[in-house]
Amino acid sequence: MATTATTASSPVTAAARAAGHKWWIWLMVAGLALLPLLGGKTGFISNYGFLQLSLMIVYAIAVLGLILLTGFNGQISLGHGAFFAVGAYTSAVLIDQASWPYWATLPVAAIVCFLVGYIFGMPALRLEGHYLALATFALAVAVPQFLKYRHFEWFTNGVQGINIFKPDPPFGLPLSADQWMYLIVLFVAVLMFWIARNLLDSRTGRAMMAIRDHSMAASTMGVNVAHYKTVVFGISALFTGVAGALHAIIFEFVAPDSFRFELSIAILVGAVVGGIASLPGAVIGGIFVQVIEKYADALTKKLTTAVSLPLDLEPWTIYGIALILLMYIMPMGIAGGLAVLWRKLRGS
Amino acid sequence: MILLGRRTLLAGSGAIAFALALSPASAQKKYDEGATDTEIKIGHTNPYSGNASAYGVIGKTIEAYFKKVNDEGGINGRKINFITYDDGYSPPKTVEMVRKLVEEDKVLLLFNTLGTPPNSAIHKYMNQKKVPQLFVATGASKWGNPKEYPWTMGWQPDYATEGAIYAKHILATVKDPKIGVLMQNDDYGKDYYNGFKAGLGKDADKVVQLATYEVTDPTVDSQMIQLKNSGANVFFNITTPKFAAQAIRKAAEINWKPVHYLNNVSSSFGAVFKPAGIDASQDIILALYRKDPADPQWANATDISAWKAFMAKYMPGADLRDDGHNYGYAVANTLVETLKRCGDELTRENIMKQAASFKGYEAPMLLPGIKINTSPTDYYPIQAVRLARVKGESFELFGEVLSNEGSTQ
Repeated sequence: MATTATTASSPVTAAARAAGHKWWIWLMVAGLALLPLLGGKTGFISNYGFLQLSLMIVYAIAVLGLILLTGFNGQISLGHGAFFAVGAYTSAVLIDQASWPYWATLPVAAIVCFLVGYIFGMPALRLEGHYLALATFALAVAVPQFLKYRHFEWFTNGVQGINIFKPDPPFGLPLSADQWMYLIVLFVAVLMFWIARNLLDSRTGRAMMAIRDHSMAASTMGVNVAHYKTVVFGISALFTGVAGALHAIIFEFVAPDSFRFELSIAILVGAVVGGIASLPGAVIGGIFVQVIEKYADALTKKLTTAVSLPLDLEPWTIYGIALILLMYIMPMGIAGGLAVLWRKLRGS
Repeated sequence: MILLGRRTLLAGSGAIAFALALSPASAQKKYDEGATDTEIKIGHTNPYSGNASAYGVIGKTIEAYFKKVNDEGGINGRKINFITYDDGYSPPKTVEMVRKLVEEDKVLLLFNTLGTPPNSAIHKYMNQKKVPQLFVATGASKWGNPKEYPWTMGWQPDYATEGAIYAKHILATVKDPKIGVLMQNDDYGKDYYNGFKAGLGKDADKVVQLATYEVTDPTVDSQMIQLKNSGANVFFNITTPKFAAQAIRKAAEINWKPVHYLNNVSSSFGAVFKPAGIDASQDIILALYRKDPADPQWANATDISAWKAFMAKYMPGADLRDDGHNYGYAVANTLVETLKRCGDELTRENIMKQAASFKGYEAPMLLPGIKINTSPTDYYPIQAVRLARVKGESFELFGEVLSNEGSTQ
């Protein structure tokens, strides 16, 4: 994992890519921002469609958090669903109990998640590799139970979860609530990706990658490994926590069941499938989490009836097959696979 | 939200007055989204997978019943288009599926969505959208609150009343009761338990042990051991079918023999007593409001014969002892009757109006003397039960029909 990532993000290619690709990235963002006007007004995309799009973007931010940690700093986490949950609950509780406006809860969720990640990171980072993976996995399993805990019920509302209401667009904008939230989510996503890009291009980013590639060499060069590892863990939790807060706001509902450990696995799978050390990979990963995870079940059923298979396929069959095939064909994730394909096409 | 100019307003009110003058409203066809001359779209969620999947048969039965109705010509000439999704009894999944039903599939109404936590998660949303959330498959008392939630209505007797009935029966029949309670830790469990405690009144301290479990737990074994060790001689079992079967089996295994009260939610031979063991289930007391088709005294009842014919034709091979078939048939019939009464005015408002105007309707499968009554202030369709105990492979009814009819809260 580490070696392939190094080649993909070596300084020369990164700089060239940044200069060459910038214009079409902004063009794409502009296109996405205009969707409510184009797709929404013509009725081409329903409100439910916008919710789905928003969820994809939200998961992309969550996957981005994990990619920063795993892809660019070499630490494995199986528990990012926990930070997602903390972000979501921070936002939901502030809106529900303290009647905060939704936008004001985002920075709070970010700070809370950074602190939780940082504090959890301090002792956990004495653990290396798969031991860290197990510690984070334990966190993912514990958080839903924690949210159901009887003595927290007065603010978490136990298993019942919290209902909140989606805000209407301000200034009487001619948009539906879903379209407006889609724009907010898109804006936050662009901001988060911009921050991530700048972070990786900075001194800190180079230190992060040095630790990933060879932590002993990095520390010889004067990089404070423990300090960087904890801070990166906190930043990673911050990104995923912001995604969680956005999820709570657009979904209008949080419950412990939304954040079972399967969510952590989904985020990890999204990161690996998208491309573990690539920012575009986070976007692909987010789309994968929403589309494949949520529709594998329906797809399996449709396929079973369409081909009239004699056997009864389990809901997750398609998901499993898709995952195995992807890992064989594109071991560096979809983003990595596309990059290789592009180079081949240009070479020939 | 929409800004109207004075002129548009004037023109608009003129048009309305004109329309009012012209239309003898009854003769006109009126539709909301999801209804047309040929079709009525009905949305539904059910746990077909996961821990509560024993309830999946309800969805399948409802689907089969609507197929029967369609085969017989539909409702006032309109075919039912029944869209059902799996929510795995997981509230966030329910929210997503219901949003899909309302916003993308554009159903006329939501029918018999199952479970207290899933329905709680969509309660506000449905009322904000003003889409009927009709005859929900849960007996929580909060569904009968037309003042705050005019678009939501329950169907079966509410849990709080049922809990109180058991409490009164315990106080009247068991000498020196020490009560152990097993409860699913959510609104459904708490509703039963609060009703039960209200029924005990000043004797609420007779509850010596309250053990709870989460619907996501694998078993309730440790809770059962805890209850036995508490020395309780009465057991009130507030569990959904899978856990009810586990609890009954475990009680037999550890040789704990209290007077056993089981909530109506799990009154199924197929899903509960058979998997738990018929022997272990003997003498369990519970409240019923529907006939058990295997009870020989109903062998010649017309509704039971009709049900048997339906099961043979539309659900061949299904387990006839699973109470979900019986429940699904009765509740689907109530919806079809409601829609029939709507005539050609298939608006969401009229559906709620018709659902709230039942007077003594005898839905099939209901025990004699138990009828459906509703009003604009009474959103509890069924409010009467009879106590019964498990005897052999059926129930033995005893006592009178216990009714809470007419109460609105």
